[in-house]
Amino acid sequence: MTRPFRLGELFAWIRAHGPWRWATVELRSRGYSGRTLVTAVPYLWLLLFFLVPFLIVLKISVSEIRLAMPPYEPLVTWLADHVIGLRINLKNYAFLLNDSLYWKSFLNSITTAAISTFICLLIGYPMAYGIARSTPAWRNLLLLLVMLPFWTSFLLRVYAWIGILKNNGVINNVLMALGIIDEPIVMLQTNFAMYIGIVYSYLPFMVLPLYTAIEKLDQSLLEAAADLGCRPVKAFFRITVPLTKAGIIAGCMLVFIPAVGEFVIPALLGGPDALMIGRVLWEEFFNNRDWPVASAVAIVMLFVLVIPIMIYQRSQGQQLGAHR
Amino acid sequence: MMVAGFLFLYLPIVLMIAFSFNESRLVTVWGGFSTKWYGELFRNQQVLTAAWLSFKIAAMNATGATILGTLTGLALARFGQFRGRPLLTGLATAPLVMPEVITGLSLLLLFVAMEQLFGWPEGRGITTITIAHMTFSMAYVTVVVQSRLATLDESLEEAAMDLGARPAKVFFLITLPIILPAILAGWLLAFTLSWDDLVITSFVTGPGASTLPIVIFSKVRLGVSPDINALATLLVLAVAIFTTVFGLYMIRQQKRRDLEVQRAVAANE
Repeated sequence: MTRPFRLGELFAWIRAHGPWRWATVELRSRGYSGRTLVTAVPYLWLLLFFLVPFLIVLKISVSEIRLAMPPYEPLVTWLADHVIGLRINLKNYAFLLNDSLYWKSFLNSITTAAISTFICLLIGYPMAYGIARSTPAWRNLLLLLVMLPFWTSFLLRVYAWIGILKNNGVINNVLMALGIIDEPIVMLQTNFAMYIGIVYSYLPFMVLPLYTAIEKLDQSLLEAAADLGCRPVKAFFRITVPLTKAGIIAGCMLVFIPAVGEFVIPALLGGPDALMIGRVLWEEFFNNRDWPVASAVAIVMLFVLVIPIMIYQRSQGQQLGAHR
Repeated sequence: MMVAGFLFLYLPIVLMIAFSFNESRLVTVWGGFSTKWYGELFRNQQVLTAAWLSFKIAAMNATGATILGTLTGLALARFGQFRGRPLLTGLATAPLVMPEVITGLSLLLLFVAMEQLFGWPEGRGITTITIAHMTFSMAYVTVVVQSRLATLDESLEEAAMDLGARPAKVFFLITLPIILPAILAGWLLAFTLSWDDLVITSFVTGPGASTLPIVIFSKVRLGVSPDINALATLLVLAVAIFTTVFGLYMIRQQKRRDLEVQRAVAANE
């Protein structure tokens, strides 16, 4: 065991020399501990790069658009000597309320994400159940197979569906060759394609937490129910589903959250009328170059979608903690 | 049902691999076996430059995010109730539920405002992309490290402290080696998130800094091109090989540790 000793020597050397010694002595004498330093670095980072940006988004959402770079009017201006002008402009929010495009796309995002989550649950539950009930050797392989797509490019997996769904794509070619259809079915750039893309991309996020929950399930409970004359379907809904509730909720959140703000899938697979709020924000920003309205969309999204989700997750976490 | 689920997950990938060897330019008509799209891919300077840029950003991001995420995980799992803890918990987990379009937009607006105020960062490119990626991927590292520390027996660290080791020494000699697999997993996760990110990058990138997802996205928007199939095949292959090797390594480590525990228990009896 020579390694710890050498490392210890290195520490002694570093402590005796260089700015390290000054920093520790100086900071300790002012009442800062090493713990403060460990916490301070990520803390400052998150404050600067995560919290402050939202204040700026808030600020720009109440400023006016102008044709310049950056394309918004400053809020605070020096009008004359010692007079500060402050212009808050709520027009962007009024615009969001009046134009049905925005609230329609909000509603559409929520329903699309909810339906996709439900389809993921319908496909994912039997998959997770099957994996949990297979032999240990198979189980590890199947779990690996569920996780593998996650490590490959998301964009390329969405792209793969374009080749399958388009008018001269795999499905249409096969159906026409079999003589089932004469004309290709239009699938790409429809809601159908968008649902396929979302379900396909987020299915692994549903399967993994479900698997964890089902694997923990005590099999003897189901046997007892069967012995007492309970039919399998009833046992499934009265025993299996309630006991795997935590996994169902976790999986649904993991699918719903990214799906609701999705941009790539509606842009590549959905039609031009696939109004998802993430896509609306993107187009407002990149195509219309209207930074104030894009910021207002972001602020509304934050308060209508993200904060409720965070509060819900927190209460779920506390409930789970209370159960333990 | 389970088999159908796996078919659904893998059929698109298998088809994509098959068509990467397709002679025909029409992506979905079979025109005979050929590797010409791979040749075309390796002559495509734009794709190669973008891939190298993405690799650099992903590696820098993963390293930075791992350091920040490990510090956060350590603070949340080990420092008990300190002032500002609720805020840090919120800030550390919020990126996980934040839609990417919002994170991207808010970071871009921050960079623009900072440039106006301090003159830094000058324009946007690798630096701003790396900062943005670190900000959202450190949350994932935090979760991995924090959950590993939560299951770790604190008595080892306490014993070292009782024997007079300073906290920093305890961390480097005891805690770090034990949680190293989790940190490594966090690094890989951060690397993948950065390598794959399109939305946040699109907001904070500048001229001349087109990462691989940006190049792929613009190519796909213009229409399907067969060399993307070749690129996808190479990526899937690399991930499959890497995952297998890493998985085998982890299993061997686990077996060795179990064996050592058994020996230690046997020696004590």
